[in-house]
Amino acid sequence: MSASPTPAQTVGPYLSIGLTWDEGPLVVPADAPGAVWLRGEIRDGHGEVVKDALVETWQAGPGGEFHPAGFRGFGRCPTDDDGRYAIRTLKPGTIEAQAPHIEVTVFARGLLHRLMTRVYFADEPAANEADPVLAAVPAGRRATLVAEKSEDGYRFDITLQGPDETVFFAV
Amino acid sequence: MNPHPPLLSPGYGSTVLRAPRQAPILLPHSLADRTGPVLGEGPVAAADADLAAGPDGDAQGQRIVVHGQVRDSAGKPVRDTLLEVWQANAAGRYRHKWDRHDAPLDPHFTGVGRTVTDAEGRYRFVTVRPGAYPWGNHPNAWRPAHIHFSVFGRAFTERLVTQMYFPDDPLFAYDPIYNSVPEFARDRLVAGFDLSATVESWALGFRFDIVLSGATATPMEPQ
Repeated sequence: MSASPTPAQTVGPYLSIGLTWDEGPLVVPADAPGAVWLRGEIRDGHGEVVKDALVETWQAGPGGEFHPAGFRGFGRCPTDDDGRYAIRTLKPGTIEAQAPHIEVTVFARGLLHRLMTRVYFADEPAANEADPVLAAVPAGRRATLVAEKSEDGYRFDITLQGPDETVFFAV
Repeated sequence: MNPHPPLLSPGYGSTVLRAPRQAPILLPHSLADRTGPVLGEGPVAAADADLAAGPDGDAQGQRIVVHGQVRDSAGKPVRDTLLEVWQANAAGRYRHKWDRHDAPLDPHFTGVGRTVTDAEGRYRFVTVRPGAYPWGNHPNAWRPAHIHFSVFGRAFTERLVTQMYFPDDPLFAYDPIYNSVPEFARDRLVAGFDLSATVESWALGFRFDIVLSGATATPMEPQ
């Protein structure tokens, strides 16, 4: 028997009351071997930073498997007053012939439904070239899905709207 | 039919600069979309489902029970999944640095709760009925009373954040967030009064069932 899905609604401006956990940004402990910071900022269609968003991540472990023992795989971080988020994690492995990637969900005031995007990694050019999801994205927009190497990990900025709009996915 | 609100709903002013303008790209189903975090056995205490009982006293307001069942789009109960709720207090004030509404904070009410569904996908919170509150979207704008719900489900694609409303609220007609939902699906956001969940001489009961969307086309499961 099928059931009628419940519609989504915005998280509103006060999401941090309900959706913030102290350990949320730590997919792995800060001192875990091989851990990297995935950092970025979120901007709106006027280029203003978004201070009331929440980023959630879901990913495979370094071996490319979901739910490996001892690895939560899930991270969440609200943006701060500068529109920035940071997730401490391990870079995922190759997943079912797809390039290493992290699934990302964005919630915010003004978003009536979650947005879904993906983080790929700039230091995986060969795998990215062969990735079927990236191949489905117009070539001129693929760069919005690729995190650049940074001092302590990777940088992945999200632009909700405008000429540099991040690619979002539907399921 | 898609029950979700369009991202660009100009009556709700915050969507205008935040809704992406490019159409989303259909994601081929992959393992990442059929899996999701298992947070059911996380550090959720039984007391986290009671928002009305503060650490040093009872919250002000009309005590209520909110309960229901979480199911997937095939109608199957979703067990052991984490639900998170947050809400304004009985006066319509959130405990948040940005809420400047001239209504009192309640020292006994944080407005946050968590629970995990049982083997039949059921959940139950005790809280107080939130107040309506004004917001700056348009002149004399008031949000109908609501409770924010976050549900994980079993797959990252099932993830849902929504708002539960109360029956017969006269503010529905004026609220662009409620009305962003296609008309045929709006009543799915409204809890029903439930006498069977009402606790005699103690709390009114409301029922709010949740159905997760999941992917539009489910991959074949190996038999």
